[in-house]
Amino acid sequence: MSKRKKIPQQPMPERPARERIKDFDEVPLGYTVEMARLEASRCLQCKEPKCREGCPVEIDIPAFIKEITEGDFAAAARILKEANCLPAICGRVCPQEDQCEAACILKNRGEPVAIGYLERFAADWEREKGNISVAKKALSKGKKVAVVGSGPAGLACAGDLAKMGYEVTIFEALHEPGGVLVYGIPEFRLPKAIVAAEVEYLKRLGVEIRPNWIIGKTATVDELLEEFDAVFLGTGAGLPHFLGIPGENLAGVYSANEYLTRSNLMKAYLFPKYDTPIVRSKRAAVIGGGNVALDAARTALRLGAKVTLVYRRSRKEMPAREEEIRHGEEEGIEFIFLAAPVEMLGDEKGQVRALRSVRMKLGEPDESGRRRPIPIPDSQFKIEADTVIVAIGSRPHPLVPQTTSGLKIGEEGTIVVDEKTGATSKEGVFAGGDIVTGAATVIEAMGAARRAAKAIDEYLSKK
Amino acid sequence: MNEIIKKEEIASGIFRLEVKSPVIAEKRRPGQFVVLRISETGERIPLTIVDSDSRAGSISLIFQAVGKTTQALALLEEGDAILDLAGPLGKPTKLAHFGRVVAVGGGLGLAPLYPIAKALKEQGNSIVSIIGARTQELLVLVDEMRAISDELHIATDDGSLGHHGFVTEVLAELLKNNEKFDLAVAIGPAPMMKAASQITKPYDLRTIVSLNSIMVDGTGMCGGCRVEVAGETKFTCVDGPEFDGHQVNFDLLIQRLNLYRNQETEAKERHSEASCKISPESKK
Repeated sequence: MSKRKKIPQQPMPERPARERIKDFDEVPLGYTVEMARLEASRCLQCKEPKCREGCPVEIDIPAFIKEITEGDFAAAARILKEANCLPAICGRVCPQEDQCEAACILKNRGEPVAIGYLERFAADWEREKGNISVAKKALSKGKKVAVVGSGPAGLACAGDLAKMGYEVTIFEALHEPGGVLVYGIPEFRLPKAIVAAEVEYLKRLGVEIRPNWIIGKTATVDELLEEFDAVFLGTGAGLPHFLGIPGENLAGVYSANEYLTRSNLMKAYLFPKYDTPIVRSKRAAVIGGGNVALDAARTALRLGAKVTLVYRRSRKEMPAREEEIRHGEEEGIEFIFLAAPVEMLGDEKGQVRALRSVRMKLGEPDESGRRRPIPIPDSQFKIEADTVIVAIGSRPHPLVPQTTSGLKIGEEGTIVVDEKTGATSKEGVFAGGDIVTGAATVIEAMGAARRAAKAIDEYLSKK
Repeated sequence: MNEIIKKEEIASGIFRLEVKSPVIAEKRRPGQFVVLRISETGERIPLTIVDSDSRAGSISLIFQAVGKTTQALALLEEGDAILDLAGPLGKPTKLAHFGRVVAVGGGLGLAPLYPIAKALKEQGNSIVSIIGARTQELLVLVDEMRAISDELHIATDDGSLGHHGFVTEVLAELLKNNEKFDLAVAIGPAPMMKAASQITKPYDLRTIVSLNSIMVDGTGMCGGCRVEVAGETKFTCVDGPEFDGHQVNFDLLIQRLNLYRNQETEAKERHSEASCKISPESKK
């Protein structure tokens, strides 16, 4: 035991910044078998594991880590899949430092077990072996459930319901399933082949996916209820916020959603091999401090721009993952903290040329618990930019709330649900993920979706 | 799915497709559009739903082979399928009995104009149409427009048919001659819609335009299609595509439409080169 404690956390091998900024390939390379087993051996196998409580979908973390220690990686993958049908994705994009790893007992004395890296390792190992086990399915229940939206919530809910024996159909508005996993998170953080493989896994569970179905337009939720016994809404928070400052509609000003959708979903970074264009800018300014801002900034960098990220608070308050901020710093993104844009300036052709910003200082904590930024008078300065990307958050997509009868809607356009079950005010309709909480994390959406799947099962068993 | 049932070249380089899509055919209302993608490497482009046939379960689309995607679309034949077809999108036209409506359409703007004018006719409005194109060979939907119009004017920029000049000149002339209208619908290239809106403004004639902004998803998640209407930012794909022409900032729309000019040219040139290289071989 004492020897074990002396093993430091195994670092994740990464491609060097100078090399990786030239392409969109993944930055962290993943553990080797040796690294994974060594890291797994650090786990103390707690009797009452706190890490499991920190995981929104309650993966049996000590159990899967034990299998890695013993070299049975297939068994590790199987345990992961019992709780989480998308482990290769969650191992990459979950903020483990705030979840499972934050609760790891080793953290008190140093570094926690790298649970996320190990989850990723087991899932990758299984996929690369090409021998993906399919979870056991219950006997068919002869009932149909419609899932609206194929983001993390929809995929998780569909996976669980299929395993329970329901006939599940996912309706997706875009041409590709995955939601934010395909249009939002870039290839260098989450390779799209991995998303496709995990979606393929759902299809093997019997889930049908209908792309190009815009619920609220192509069909309404009320119409779905004529054909399906229950409906789960996982339509996300895909409506971009803009700042509402002068010049925001100049050519060259993007929402992060548009910029990332062009690059990730439409593969504009491979133009002209792919048909969708994206502006190749010299100097890009990104506004915001979350993961989306970092994703946009690192994308612009790879498209050849010198990138400045403008955030109104300080580095400490940035909501982005520490790892992503570090990656951005290593890659040469310039960070301007404590500054907020007040105007975008353009040329005679209506093309954006600069961002006028004001310096901020931090005041008292606001309702989010973070110190409120306050503008400093007479502190305006200009940042030159021929592309500006606005990444200040997004709102619940309004299409389904607006077109569904009898659905109770919250203040921010969210769908109001019973927190335990995900049941909405409309019978047979459940919801989870960002459409309920506003923009949050992938794993929280999946956790809510799994609770809803259980509740849908209970509802349909009684019906 | 999305099979091309019928393909017709209705004018020089302008095609009309009947595409099988029973759900969209049943759901669509005048004023709405679809977004389509034709290959795995393709882009998403918006096209107006010109008409629908709920019995055949099909919709009609009209496009001009001007850029890479529309050129590739023009190479599809009957029996081929469109890879992705999503819709119907956008807000339907607000239909009511207004009285006398002047419907002004330029070039490919006739594709969105026709279904709106037809629906307004079915509401009991009388329709005075002014339709035009650069030249006679590029004029489309003339018979269709004639069938629903109480009065039809034609204009061509080169004078090859009808009035020698712009449709907006005919509109200005009618208004100057004290013709009375209760509503104008003007659809065409952005500069034409801007001109039409400027002409009707002094007469206080409410003018509906249908904007042709650049779009990606078409469902309101990106704001690439945003425009300024009455000083407020609107998303063309969900708040429009129809807006009050007197409130639209057309200069901004035109600036934003030019954003990808260079890359569009590059894509088209590469595509044309590739087609030239392929076609002599494939003909053998």
